[in-house]
Amino acid sequence: MADAPLIAARGISKQFAGVEVLSDVDLDLVAGEIHALLGENGAGKSTFAKILAGVHRPTRGTLALNGQPVEVNNPIVAQRLGITLIHQEPISFPDMSVAENLVLGRSDNALLGRVPWAEMEQGAKDLMTQLGVRIDVTKPMRGLSIADQQMVEIARALASDSRLIIMDEPTAPLTPKEVDTLFKIARRLRDEGRTIVFISHRLEEVQALCDRATIFRDGALVDTVEVADVTDEDIIKLMIGRPLRELIHKTGSEIGEVALEVSGLTQPGTFKNISFSVRKGEIVGLAGLVGAGRTDVARAIFGVAPAQSGTISVNGAQVSIAEPSDAIDLGLAFVPEDRAVAGIFKTLSVEHNITATVPGKIAPRGFISRSIEKALTAESVKQLRIRLASVRQPIGELSGGNQQKAILARWLHTDPQILILDEPTRGIDIGVKAEFYDMIGKLAADGRAILLISSELPELLALCDRILVMAEGELTADLVRADATQETIMHAAVPKTGNHAQENAA
Amino acid sequence: MSLITKFLSTLLHRREAGIAVMIVLLALVVGAIQPRFLTLETLRIIALAIPLILIAAMGQMMVLVARHVDLSIGSILAFSSIIAGIMFRDLPEVPIIISIIAAIACGAALGFVNGVIVTLFKLPSIIVTLGTLSLYRGLVFLVSGARQVDPQYIPRSLIEMSQTSPIFGIPWIVILAFVIALLTYFFLDHVRLGRQIYALGSNPVAAPLRGIKVVPLTILVFTMSGALAGLTGIIYASRFGYVNPGITGVGFEFTVIAAVVIGGVSINGGVGTVLGTVLGVILLGMVNVALPLLGVSAFWQDVIYGAVIVIALLIDKSVRDRSARALAAARSAA
Amino acid sequence: MTTRTETVKHTRDSADARPMWQVVLVRPEVMTFALLVGAFIIASNLSPFFSDAQFILESSTYYVEYSIIALVLTLVIISGEIDLSPAAMMALSACVFAALYQAGLPIGLAMIASLATGVLMGLFNGILVVVFKLPSIIVTIGTLTLYRGLAQVLAGDRSIGKFPQWFNGIDYRLILDVPVPVIVFVIISIVLAAILGTTVVGRQIYQVGTSEIASIHAGIRVRRIKLGLFVAMGVASSIGGLLTASRLASVRYDMATGGELQMVLMVMLGGTYIFGGRGSILGTFLASWLLVIIATGMTVANIAITAQLIVMGALLIISIIATNAIYARTQR
Repeated sequence: MADAPLIAARGISKQFAGVEVLSDVDLDLVAGEIHALLGENGAGKSTFAKILAGVHRPTRGTLALNGQPVEVNNPIVAQRLGITLIHQEPISFPDMSVAENLVLGRSDNALLGRVPWAEMEQGAKDLMTQLGVRIDVTKPMRGLSIADQQMVEIARALASDSRLIIMDEPTAPLTPKEVDTLFKIARRLRDEGRTIVFISHRLEEVQALCDRATIFRDGALVDTVEVADVTDEDIIKLMIGRPLRELIHKTGSEIGEVALEVSGLTQPGTFKNISFSVRKGEIVGLAGLVGAGRTDVARAIFGVAPAQSGTISVNGAQVSIAEPSDAIDLGLAFVPEDRAVAGIFKTLSVEHNITATVPGKIAPRGFISRSIEKALTAESVKQLRIRLASVRQPIGELSGGNQQKAILARWLHTDPQILILDEPTRGIDIGVKAEFYDMIGKLAADGRAILLISSELPELLALCDRILVMAEGELTADLVRADATQETIMHAAVPKTGNHAQENAA
Repeated sequence: MSLITKFLSTLLHRREAGIAVMIVLLALVVGAIQPRFLTLETLRIIALAIPLILIAAMGQMMVLVARHVDLSIGSILAFSSIIAGIMFRDLPEVPIIISIIAAIACGAALGFVNGVIVTLFKLPSIIVTLGTLSLYRGLVFLVSGARQVDPQYIPRSLIEMSQTSPIFGIPWIVILAFVIALLTYFFLDHVRLGRQIYALGSNPVAAPLRGIKVVPLTILVFTMSGALAGLTGIIYASRFGYVNPGITGVGFEFTVIAAVVIGGVSINGGVGTVLGTVLGVILLGMVNVALPLLGVSAFWQDVIYGAVIVIALLIDKSVRDRSARALAAARSAA
Repeated sequence: MTTRTETVKHTRDSADARPMWQVVLVRPEVMTFALLVGAFIIASNLSPFFSDAQFILESSTYYVEYSIIALVLTLVIISGEIDLSPAAMMALSACVFAALYQAGLPIGLAMIASLATGVLMGLFNGILVVVFKLPSIIVTIGTLTLYRGLAQVLAGDRSIGKFPQWFNGIDYRLILDVPVPVIVFVIISIVLAAILGTTVVGRQIYQVGTSEIASIHAGIRVRRIKLGLFVAMGVASSIGGLLTASRLASVRYDMATGGELQMVLMVMLGGTYIFGGRGSILGTFLASWLLVIIATGMTVANIAITAQLIVMGALLIISIIATNAIYARTQR
């Protein structure tokens, strides 16, 4: 440890569209260690990893490699410096063979040079042998499992003799056996003196594999610990950290009949056997890590991508929802997670965005009535306090929070009885968030059933009557408010590698 | 035993094998109905129908592999052809080879322009080349003064390229076409730059991340397509012995696209082989020759081209969907 | 970089609204209108004919069939799709009409059959795009070859004519001094502009073209709208084919060859965005007249018809680039 660390990050900060997602991170990564980056969704760990790999450029701060300051401007530079980022679902050229994917774009090769097929395939085979995996290097990437694609990426890192290999949640899509293989290889690479950065939510994997762990929270580095010295409980405490904000917005609404009930909802490959109900006036949270299948369940209920099997009942009657318009007719509303893609019509006016769900209202006799449309929009702007320059400006010019208010306004005009809100406050300023919490509370108080998907535990704990937890496509917990704490939720949300079967939906 | 079944299964899973089987079946069926189809003379007619489509198909294939389309090749063909024709007619003292090189260079230049417009303004290639299809045809009329280059001006030696043979009675232009196909094969399969075209079409987002220079590569692909269309223009003059600004190469792009997609080249980029394209061209050539022999009106030709394009798109789509489904199933089983 | 940090300090709720003059003036239709005025002035200097409205109206009858189809194509492109097969659909539906009439069917029934053919062709295009999820741009290249081929099979290499006298020469029938096809064009323009501007369907066409995913999430029946638009293309093409048959008093399989370029050109020149979500019937309407003046002007100026191909091709590319640039400016 006398030498300079492999990577020395100092004061790394990153802003996206004015929001600081990473601030003043100092971190040393030394040769020959496996280093875990931990934190809740959005804590900043992935952003930091992407800065190391040249995908993002830091707004402030410096990086040094072996004591020499470096600028990692793009992934190609990173590769040249010996830094490789392995994505959870690797980026590859699906139509080309494994062997070609390993060498494509290597800058040391002349463009008009011949492709040494035999040599290239032999080299690829050698790498696979070295990694101890069986992959036919002449097959196209398209047919490979995710695990094998990751192996190819690791092989690519070896081929370019990378000193730092960053794995972004590599184990999420893998089977237990594949995870074992990955760990064996990771350890071998460490023993060769390479550095591995391992991003994961699975704490027992961190315990099993990593030497040190750095915990991120709210865009800042909280602590770096020796894994051997701490327990899972310690780590979870560091991840949650902040004192619980006492945000109790509920105005004690009457909980009534069951409004929405799903039973045995299954979509092979994404979620299975999901059963729960939401009552009138009730706010039910749906917690879980990214990729747990929460959004897929919401999309299935709303008819965007209907489930293969299972039933949905609204107000006690079984219904069939083939497309979103069916769901809307039944009194459902859905605020989608990816606002920029699935929510707003970016170039269209705020007005047209707000009235998109209520064609019958704005055009009572087939023709759009400007006065009705104006009145509806004005009502929304006032009711939700949407701040804008003009209702006729493109919605893309509004801030995220105001865009989201417009999306919510769009649904309030349909007078929905059941609202599904998917990460409604993501990327929204603190002040506006509080407004949303008030609104959600009011909606429930009016007797509406609300399913709230959120990755922010304090948000769920403050708002919900009940919290469901999903992990790896299955419901793993159904907690009443009194039993729900950040710890109990996290325990249910963190996948138990290899023993899903033991978990029962409560 | 297992070796044989393995061999058979890989054979059956190759698109090329499917086309080869269709070629044999077509020959047998048509031959059974009309024995004249299975004569050397018919073979020669089919062989002569191939070079025109094949050379341009090599270019179009590269464009499709890079996830673009070039609709302007018919007009480029005509432009190169008319330039060569005018040089033959008005500058008889210039060696033929110079005129041929000039024609190919013109094709390359027009292709280059396509590539520059597509990459510089980030426009869909299909609309850009629809525009240049018209623009280049207009240039043909402009440089020719809307006059045909008559047969007496086309050099004998050029016309003889379609008639005489150095070996086994195979005409020169057929040999030339297959040499071009071999060169394309070598370029696409054995030169790094050629492989980058596949990478670009297979994943245009990842390509720049792996250091592939997307803009120059795209321009190069369009330029090569233009140059090959230009060479096709010379073959046209050789085969038909005249160049007409209003006829030469009109609708040619659809024939070529049909041949290329039969050959298994995907419009979604990244997929396609020279062998498949060659077989696609041969199949199309056979169909063209078989129709009149079977007493079917030649008018059916375009119907077949159109149907072939639509069917090939549907096959391509279903192959993609199936492999995606298989992947999802494998993932959920795991 | 400094401006970036400033915006961070006071997080803004929205950008300022654009000044009214910009909203009104910086839009592609204005460009089209300016070009139209410019072309008119140049053309009138070139030839006194152009001061005569009657001359322009007469000239327009050569293009008005394309213009009618271009109006519907505008809606298709706004919805984020494209159809390159209308010229071939014109030919096939006209050939169906002529062949059936020649076979002895009453002319009225033959016309209905022609319209039905249009519906079927549009439906086929629409199903390939909407149900099989194939890209419309390449599918319609395939069907354009297919439909043109079928027209050739049906009509062979001959002209089919000898229609009753009342059917022929619709371009010479005048109502209030205006040729009937032009009146049809104006009426369809008004109807489509009304649909696009004042009805829910029109609104949803823009929404679908702006973001198909957001439209699905908002409960808009995207597939139904797109299918409807492709069928409308088939019907409009069939109408265009019948008008052409009447004007020429005969039908050949090669009717309107290359017409798809002119139609796409009218839409692009009218400022409709090639990637969908923006555009207007007014733009296409103006662009139609612009094209009439350019084409007729070149003819009057003795520029060979064939050289006009250069102008058309160049205009197509330039208009897309210009439209993209204008939208890029008004878009942050």
